[in-house]
Amino acid sequence: MKSLAELNAIKQRVQENSNNRKNASDNDIKVVIGMATCGIAAGARPVLNAFIDEVAKRKLQNVIVSQTGCIGMCKYEPIVEVFVPGQPKVTYVKVEPTMVPRIITDHIVNNNVVAEYTIK
Amino acid sequence: MKEISLNILDVATNSVTADATTVDITVDYEFATDDLSVIIADDGRGMSEDFVKSVTDPFTTTRTTRKVGLGIPLFKDSAELTGGSLEIISKLGVGTTIKAVYKISSIDRMPMGDLADTVTALIGLKESLRFILQYKVDGREFRFDTDEIRAQLDGIPLSNYEVLAFIKEYIEGGINNTNGGLDIL
Repeated sequence: MKSLAELNAIKQRVQENSNNRKNASDNDIKVVIGMATCGIAAGARPVLNAFIDEVAKRKLQNVIVSQTGCIGMCKYEPIVEVFVPGQPKVTYVKVEPTMVPRIITDHIVNNNVVAEYTIK
Repeated sequence: MKEISLNILDVATNSVTADATTVDITVDYEFATDDLSVIIADDGRGMSEDFVKSVTDPFTTTRTTRKVGLGIPLFKDSAELTGGSLEIISKLGVGTTIKAVYKISSIDRMPMGDLADTVTALIGLKESLRFILQYKVDGREFRFDTDEIRAQLDGIPLSNYEVLAFIKEYIEGGINNTNGGLDIL
């Protein structure tokens, strides 16, 4: 079992990294996942965790993953909105964890919207 | 909802919306009585007596996008389906406690699912909140408290991805220990 003492190592690593990193800014890309009852029931929690895992794995420091309530189109849940500064919002619908690596690679890293996952 | 832990995530989100500063989640398996209690207690703004009476009605909600709210009705249904019950105690300005009791052996009882994922999702929802998870099996207990984690971190946010990954493994380990080698769903 993990011990709380291991947090010390994480703390030091994060403090070193954050010295290199500029502060969170308006240039950050935001990924927002709908997590109301409709989203949760449709499977938003594994999608949220897939985004967090993938962002952590690729060490993307300019991406913020966050949650919101009901986006208003419950039958398309899980819904993920991606906000790239200076570009229109992109809404992905019926997102599954297996779709997350492609959204990260194509859209967030290489700036090509994955059109087939967006709302038709 | 396919897991009890998803109901917990959903209902605890209401605590966050109600401006709670502490959300205390208890999951307690008592095999002798076949009871699984799930308690979500917060110190948020609470509900009036009238609102408590109507809150299990799907056509009562505080949200503004539409006129239905299914979080608590689904939670209640999932417990009652097993022969269990749901109870809400709430006081304006003091907080709300919701307790669901499931019959463990009922064929209609959903599995608990991933409690660690539920806690990390809640932390992502509101960083400044204190979340406590008490996981009990026949008197054995694991306790997780975000304040204990925070005390080790010198201001590094809990929502830091490395910290979240640690928390997830820490909770999974604690639950496994408490289960004592049994596969408890």
